[in-house]
Order: sequence, then C-alpha cells, then structure tokens
Amino acid sequence: MNATAVPASRPPNLWVQVWEIPLGRAGIILLGIVLVLSLVGPVVFPFNPKDITSTAADILQPPSSMHWLGTDELGRDVFRETLVGARLSLLVGLLATAISITLGSIIGLLAGYYRGAVGITLMRVTDFFLVLPLLPLIIILAAIFGQSFSITIMVIGLTSWPSTARIVRSQVISLRERQFIERIRSLGATDLRVIAVHILPNVLPLIYANTVLVIAGSILSEATLAFLGLGDPVRVSWGTMLHFGFVAGAAGRGAWWYLLPPGLGIVLVVLGFTLAGHTLDQLLNPRLREF
Amino acid sequence: MLRFGLVLKKAVQVIITLFAVITFNFLLFRVLPGDPIRLIARAGNLSPEAISRLRDLFGLDKPLVTQYFYYLRNLFTGEFGMSYTYRRPVIDILQERIANTVILLAAATVIVVLIGVAAGVIAAARRGSKTDQSLVVTSLVFWSLPTFWTGLILVILLGVYVKAFPVSGITTPGASFDSSFARLLDLGKHLVLPTITLAIVDMGQFMLITRSTLVDVLTEDYILTGKAKGLPFRRVLWGHAVPNALLPIITTTALYVSLVIGGAIQVETVFSWPGMGRLMYDAVLRRDYPILEASFLFLAATVILANFLSDIMYMVIDPRVKEA
Repeated sequence: MNATAVPASRPPNLWVQVWEIPLGRAGIILLGIVLVLSLVGPVVFPFNPKDITSTAADILQPPSSMHWLGTDELGRDVFRETLVGARLSLLVGLLATAISITLGSIIGLLAGYYRGAVGITLMRVTDFFLVLPLLPLIIILAAIFGQSFSITIMVIGLTSWPSTARIVRSQVISLRERQFIERIRSLGATDLRVIAVHILPNVLPLIYANTVLVIAGSILSEATLAFLGLGDPVRVSWGTMLHFGFVAGAAGRGAWWYLLPPGLGIVLVVLGFTLAGHTLDQLLNPRLREF
Repeated sequence: MLRFGLVLKKAVQVIITLFAVITFNFLLFRVLPGDPIRLIARAGNLSPEAISRLRDLFGLDKPLVTQYFYYLRNLFTGEFGMSYTYRRPVIDILQERIANTVILLAAATVIVVLIGVAAGVIAAARRGSKTDQSLVVTSLVFWSLPTFWTGLILVILLGVYVKAFPVSGITTPGASFDSSFARLLDLGKHLVLPTITLAIVDMGQFMLITRSTLVDVLTEDYILTGKAKGLPFRRVLWGHAVPNALLPIITTTALYVSLVIGGAIQVETVFSWPGMGRLMYDAVLRRDYPILEASFLFLAATVILANFLSDIMYMVIDPRVKEA
C-alpha cells in the first residue's frame, strides 16, 4: 500500500470501503435516516408556518396525541416543524460547502503549483483568513450584509475555505516534484493541462474527504448563526427554531420538547458527516494510512 | 535557545497581519448599507445643517484614505467610538466585559486541557482497544454538539428540572455577601454550567489531537529503544512519548483560542454571562456596529497574538525549528 499517489484515481468502490468500517457505516446510516426523513417527512406530515394559534393555552404545550412533540411559542406543531427544518439546514450546509470547496481547491492548486509571487501571495491570503476567529467573522459579515438564505450561504462559504486550501496545497507541492509531472511538463503540456489533467485527479481523494467534513462544519455554522438571530427570519431551519425557542424562554420554562428535536437533528447530521468524513480521511489521506 | 533574528521576523509578520486585520475591518464597516449619519442619529428627521455638522465631526466628508488615517490614529489612542445603544465609549464597555470572559475561558481551558490530554494519552497508549474506540467515538459525538444547544439542554436539566445551579448571570441579583468567600462561592456556582458546556464541547477536539500526535510519536525509534532496554511501558509513555507529543499540542492550543472564542460567544449568550460574547450578541440584535467592530478587532488581535506566542514557545522548546 505504499504506491500512494501514483496516477491512479480513487477506487470506484469508495463508499463500499467506508461501509466496511463500523464508524463509517454508522455515519452512512445516520445520514440515510436524516435524508429520508427530510425528503419524505414534510410530504407525509406537512407543516403550515401560518398555522398560528390565537389562544394562549396552545402555546409551548408538552407532547400530546394531537402534537407528538408539543407546540412552539406560536402554537405550531414541533414535530412537523422539525421535519421541514431539516431541509433548510441541509441545503445551506451543502451549498455553502460547494462554494468553500471550490474556492479552497482552486486556491490550493494554484498556491501549490506556482512557486513564485503567485504562490506566496495566495498562501499569505490563506493564512490571513485562517487566523481570523471564524465565529466573530461570520457574525459581523452577517450583521453587515443582512439576514437572508443566500447571504448565510455566501458568508459561510466564503469564510470556511482556508483549511481546504492548505490541505490541497501541501499535497500539490509533493506531487509537483514527482517524475511523471516533470516528464509531462517537458513534453510541452500547458500549466492548465498539468493542473487539471494530472494533478487534480491525484488530490481529488483528499478534497473528497475534506468536503464531507466541511459539510459538517457548515451545518454547525448555519445553526449557530441562526441561533444568534442572524438567520433568515421567514424560513424554518433547525437553527431558527432554536433561536425563537431561546428568545421565547423555552429553556427557562423547561420546554424540552421544543429545544430537543431540532438540536438532536443537528447533532445526528453533523455526527453522520463527521463519522463518514473521518473514515474517508483514514482511507484516503496517505499520512493517516497506517491506522 | 531562542534565536533573536527569527523572533524578529515573526514579530514583523505579526505586525503586518495586525495591520491587514485593521484595514480589513475598516473597509468592511465602510460598506455598511445606509448613511452612517442616519445610523448614528437613529432618526430620520435631521436638518441639513445638523447632517453636515455631524459629517464634519466624524470626518465623513474627507476622502477614504484620510478617513483611514484618522481611523488608525484613533485606534492607537484607544478611541473606538461611541456605542449606539449604551451611549458610552466602546473602549470602556469592552474593558468591563473582558475580565468576565477571561474568568470563564480560564476555568473551561483548565478542565479541557487536563481531561482532554489525559484521555488522549490513554486512548493512544491502548490504540485499537475497546477503551480507545469508545474514547474516539465519544470525542466525535462531543465535537458534533452545537455549543449553544448543549448549554440550553444543561439549563433545562440542571437548572430547571433539577435546580442544582443558577442558569443566568454572574452573581445572584440583589444578593449581599457578608464575606468575600461567600461572594466567590456565588461566582463559582454561576460558573459551573457555562464551564461544563464549554468543556464538553471542546474536550473532544483536544483528545483527538493528543491521541493522533501521540500515536505518531509512539512509532518513533527511540520508543522502540526504550521498550527494548526493558523500561516499563508507563515510563516510556510518560517519560519519553508524552513530552515529545506536547509540541504539536502547543501549536494546536493556538488554534484552540479561536475555537474557544466562538464557544464563549454562544455560552455567554445562553447563560447571560456579562462578557465579550454576550456583548456581541446584544450588539447584533441592536445592530450596534461600533461595538461589533471593536469586538471583532479585539478578538482577531487576541488570536493573532496567541499564534505568535505559540510560535515563540515552539522555538523555545524545539531548537530545531527554523521555519514554521
């Protein structure tokens, strides 16, 4: 298993390999459950956000046969709200990750491939963003640019790329020195061709494992941002549910049925992606091979 | 030994980074939507004379570069502007809040480092065992917990159902204490839940880092030598492996500062702890931009300096470091 980064692309049965490892299997099962619930759940149990009660007796009620997980601060069904909230949390996580990984990979590839001023400048910029404290940064960005679905995605995506860039860069640097790259270059291949056709396929496994971990981080960031009151106020996500629950004093009233479901949803999704990503990392990261 | 030239080079880098943060901060808050005058005045019906007077007062009629130099001068004289909501200088408010955050973070960090490192050492020493596997899984679960949610659940469990600890603030409101010990005890009680929350969430990360660095170290030749000459494993582990694994752990502690600041914002929000984090949360709700701007600058500078200190410590401990 020593011939790590010879131009062999990733094995086709990667997810099968993850499935073979208990932690990875647990991750895939968790993600499967949440994905099915978020897709099918709201169809079977539709949630009407305007279904607001007019009587105080229906507000923050504990679970009953009517409302399986009780009601929220507006008297709406928490069970149905949790199911539909999954969609936004997952969507924001995936879209923000798409931005983050694309940006991080491109910067990492360029910074690793070009030695001179380009490489150094890109690395300085990466290190600069890496050193900024992430949560305060996304808080001020969201506070400045406003609260909406697309801004949340942009803010998380544009702040979480530096770690990917660093990982990709260090792999590219070691690849660049390999003989096959030298040979291809001496045959007259353009830089773009070398990067896209010969280097990218070899760093793809690493990017792959990193993507899964970044999704976990992005979902946590979305939830935190929404909890702090910087989410899209008109859409339901797990984070906004926890925000409104917190502001309405659900914790002090002991309304566990309102705070437990969305939080557990976050934990299960993030844990699922973390377990899967951790396992992928062990399989694909040459540094960790000996595990 | 510490090499002076290297430290100087690092220091110059830190200063450049700090200037970059200041500039970034300056530009960021200049793209705020809306007229800054209206934000300051918080009223729509100002007379044109009043507007131009305010514009003049804040130097808003000057070109951007001039404004930037005003901004730099103000920073170095400790002038961070007035808070929109408190109507007091931002610097005074920050000073009141920082100590409270430091108390909270210090308490949590001691627990995180002690338990996290111990658990990491145990896991690495018994790599592949049931103990190791359960410690790794526990760490991954802890890592997946949103900090604020963990806090909310602890409030419900230990604050509302079992009334074990206070869930809000830093002292009992309206209480009078007959001794400074009683005052300290009250602070301690208020500290319990926020500290546990932070510790639970950050412990996992610390344990995983300790474990993976120690696993690396345990494959080194000198460990084999130690075992071969008949040292008990306990001595090899604590006498030879752990001290060598400490280096990477120190570097990660610098990254941990950034992580723990994020945690503090969430925990202080949940427990109404009057520190920097709660200040930022309140400032977000009221769009108190001067507070947000200064808080961000302060936190970013803290993280940058923490990184610098860890670099220096690394150099002190490991003289081989030439370029980090």
